[in-house]
Amino acid sequence: MIKEYRTIKEINGPLMMIQDVEGVTYDELAELELPNGEIRHCKVLEVSGNTAVVQLFENSAGINLAQSKVRFLGHPMELAVSGDMLGRVFNGMGEPIDGGPAILAEKRLDINGLPMNPAARDYPNEFIQTGISAIDGLNTLVRGQKLPIFSCSGLPHANLAAQIARQAKVLGDEEANFAVVFAAIGITFEESEFFVNEFRRTGAIDRTVLFTNLANNPAVERISTPRMALTAAEYLAFEKDMHVLVILTDITNYAEALREVSAARKEVPGRRGYPGYLYTDLAQMYERAGRRKGKKGSITMIPILTMPEDDKTHPIPDLTGYITEGQIILSRDLYRKGVNPPIDVLPSLSRLKDKGIGEGKTREDHSGTLNQLFAAYSTGKDAKELATILGESALSPTDLLYAKFADEFEKRYVSQGPEENRSIIETLDIGWDLLSILPETELKRIKPEHIEKYLPKKED
Amino acid sequence: MAGKIVKVSGPLVVAEGLSDANMADVVRLGDQKLIGEILNMTGDSASIQVYEETSGLGPGAEVTTTGVPLSVELGPGLLDNIYDGIQRPLREMYKIAGDTIKRGISVPSLDRTKKWDFTPTVRTGARVESGTIIGTVPETSAVLHKIMVPNGISGTVTDIKSGEFTVEETICTVRTDDGQEKEIQMLQRWPVRVGRPYSKKFAPDTPLCSGQRVIDTMFPIAKGGTAAVPGPFGSGKTMVQHALAKWSDVDVVVYIGCGERGNEMTDVLMEFPELQDPRTGEPLMKRTILIANTSDMPVAAREASIYTGITIAEYFRDMGYDVTVIADSTSRWAEALREMSGRLEEMPGEEGYPAYLASRLAQFYERAGCIECLGGDGRRGSLTAIGAVSPPGGDISEPVSQATMRIVKVFWGLDSALAYARHFPAINWLNSYSLYMDTLKPWYDQHFGKEYMINRDKAMSILQAEAELQEIVKLVGQDSISPEDRLTLETAKMIREDFLQQNAFFDIDNYSSYDRQAKMLRLIIKYDEKCREAIKNNAEITALFEIPARVKIGRAKSVPVETYPTEYAQIEEEMDKEIKDLYGGELL
Repeated sequence: MIKEYRTIKEINGPLMMIQDVEGVTYDELAELELPNGEIRHCKVLEVSGNTAVVQLFENSAGINLAQSKVRFLGHPMELAVSGDMLGRVFNGMGEPIDGGPAILAEKRLDINGLPMNPAARDYPNEFIQTGISAIDGLNTLVRGQKLPIFSCSGLPHANLAAQIARQAKVLGDEEANFAVVFAAIGITFEESEFFVNEFRRTGAIDRTVLFTNLANNPAVERISTPRMALTAAEYLAFEKDMHVLVILTDITNYAEALREVSAARKEVPGRRGYPGYLYTDLAQMYERAGRRKGKKGSITMIPILTMPEDDKTHPIPDLTGYITEGQIILSRDLYRKGVNPPIDVLPSLSRLKDKGIGEGKTREDHSGTLNQLFAAYSTGKDAKELATILGESALSPTDLLYAKFADEFEKRYVSQGPEENRSIIETLDIGWDLLSILPETELKRIKPEHIEKYLPKKED
Repeated sequence: MAGKIVKVSGPLVVAEGLSDANMADVVRLGDQKLIGEILNMTGDSASIQVYEETSGLGPGAEVTTTGVPLSVELGPGLLDNIYDGIQRPLREMYKIAGDTIKRGISVPSLDRTKKWDFTPTVRTGARVESGTIIGTVPETSAVLHKIMVPNGISGTVTDIKSGEFTVEETICTVRTDDGQEKEIQMLQRWPVRVGRPYSKKFAPDTPLCSGQRVIDTMFPIAKGGTAAVPGPFGSGKTMVQHALAKWSDVDVVVYIGCGERGNEMTDVLMEFPELQDPRTGEPLMKRTILIANTSDMPVAAREASIYTGITIAEYFRDMGYDVTVIADSTSRWAEALREMSGRLEEMPGEEGYPAYLASRLAQFYERAGCIECLGGDGRRGSLTAIGAVSPPGGDISEPVSQATMRIVKVFWGLDSALAYARHFPAINWLNSYSLYMDTLKPWYDQHFGKEYMINRDKAMSILQAEAELQEIVKLVGQDSISPEDRLTLETAKMIREDFLQQNAFFDIDNYSSYDRQAKMLRLIIKYDEKCREAIKNNAEITALFEIPARVKIGRAKSVPVETYPTEYAQIEEEMDKEIKDLYGGELL
């Protein structure tokens, strides 16, 4: 029998203390009934003797201590899942907000998920063609990877994510059963609407599940929003055999909500006031991406985060980078120069690229040219830096070529329109074209037989 | 007598009524029998860290103590296996519970049904003591497992068997000096937080060959030594650790994935069975043990995983083997320590880490070393400990990096600027160091002649000179410096690109023998010396930079293993001639 308590002792921000409880367990979900019949949700953060500390998922305004009732439900927060979720819109608590009927649950799943057994994982190695050269050519995305976009306020990360969602495909697997799960975490209505319109325009909306917690929704709800989305994604991927692309935006808002709860609990803060368990907390979300042995589906994750003060060493991007399999970093300088997408390729990285490229996947010369392009661009940028101090005359002839290479590389390789969808072969060929700017002796990282086969012959 | 839970806060549980429990005992909690460990006790109440998710646990639930501290099972069946932080076999758990790690699963660490082929090495009537090897089991094709007399037993063998046995069957009976009959099984247990005993410890004097040029030639580590690999994300820490796990010339490798990515462990699980050990020709997985506490697994087990790993490593060391334990990453371990400390409401030290962080780290690394094993036969084993550090923002002024640097003898500092330029391994040659250089030099001189280390020192000073010259070039441009200095810059570039850089994905380049490293470096140093002589004789510097032999040096890495000695000798000959032609021509 479920007991009701009218013993709320204290409300402090998102936290509430309830006395004289019995049989309450850690992480349990509870319902709070206001005198007017409104229901709000909360979960148990700590239980000590007969006192429970719970965290509200919604606003605490309007709660009357004496007259509100609390019911502990005996299970953690759950999401009702079913194949009918596709094409629907939910709030951060997993309730439909598109005016459609409630979801007839096929199953109710704990939104925290369970850690995946490393022995059950299947290594991601299927190349995903996003049609974006800076990603396909240099920071290749593979199915089941988690690759975040590190952006800054005012940069077109939303366009990039939408372009990836629109163009992503696995070569030779055109029939794949794909779906998009999109979680808007504390972003504005306009930003969220951009994605919705984008999905509608491309017809992907019927294969999309949206979870929205907008900037004006309660901040604490943001803690459950990505978990709802990932639970839906796990269901679609591992029980419905779909290839799911999960877009989470913006993780910075999520981390801030976490900090708010931590501060209210008066926990010892870690760096910049974020709780010491931020790494573990983020990891429990990010690690839900991947492939599993014997399952057809996969979860590929693209979390988006805006780096406070454009600072990559800020705890949010820093800890994210330690968990995710690489990162795509956007640069304000490139954006100002008119390079779009403004992907800063040098600090960007895809850790899984080596398993997804090469003969039979992309092309035999991919690995060598990739390393050569990185090295050449890095040298070219150094040369340009030197030229700004000393003037171009101070550069050796080779360095001048490198400087030229760097400029051309940004203009022709990285920059492409938001609508341009380049095949991997096109991307690789642009790369060779650019490498032909340099003397052949500089191409040390490419196998000689590939130079012979692919390097455009000079006219002279 | 069972205690009762009074408080649950994340992985920390407080229980009362545990007067019969000891400090550091393993306890079981609730209906699911979750595994926990007692951290401290006040009266009959105990604070417990729980190694599994505590969701669903509440006041009133039962707690029982097992009466023993956190221990690992040791015996045949460890190798080629993957365990979680408290030594539960993950492959078995996958069979029982599916894709995810569910709670309260109890699986023995070592297979109880498998029969092992035991061959005795002592006879009835033999005198044995703790650590004496009484028999062997061919555990995998790569490692012969030696069964030792457990600690605390000595006496005379009254019965010893031969044949196929499970780990729990008695294989030997010993009558101790006070007349007791002790039965010995292959399975032994050892508490993880206590180092296994040995008879003597020595200073390390043999290098560990990793096949990585920047490590073996520039910053070598000794067998039985300690090393740290700090670096920001994306700088290739895991790549360095994987390379060490793959190519180190040791008998057993224990790889601890502590709070890292699940896919990295999967990568090892899939790749290592395919890779061959360059020395034995056996699959690498046959000598490897994986301990995986990935970042989504419970945080308390992360704290334990490091100890689980090093205890297993010590066990193999005690057989007289060279063992490497690789921990990726110790920062995650320290964070787990911090999280538990915070929940215990301890007074925090620097950046919220507990005040005992440095001493715990020191205790871990101090379990490495070269030792003479127990058992009286004078066999020696070594345990090399290599830990990755993940400093926030790549800034090594933080407590974990600093505490680690005070202990370890080798420091491979990873540099994100090098990683951006795809210079891998991204070990910075200016701030890395190895304190074993002096003790190992005699070994190198003895095996490869004095020239190798002389060339190594020359290369280091050229790199150092390059760093200083770069400052000047930034101010005045390359044309304004002397030809000698331009040569220094050019040689430094060759050392960096043609020697230090190594491609882990290219199967000729991923492993370099010492001999090859010495010969490769010799080519570059010889080029420098010959060019210097040529410059003195007024040779044109740009012509020197463009001789065909230089391109060949640049491609020396991709020369096949079978032919490199002859090809390198040929390059040297050509280089000699081409340089001489340049100034010889002018002199005439």
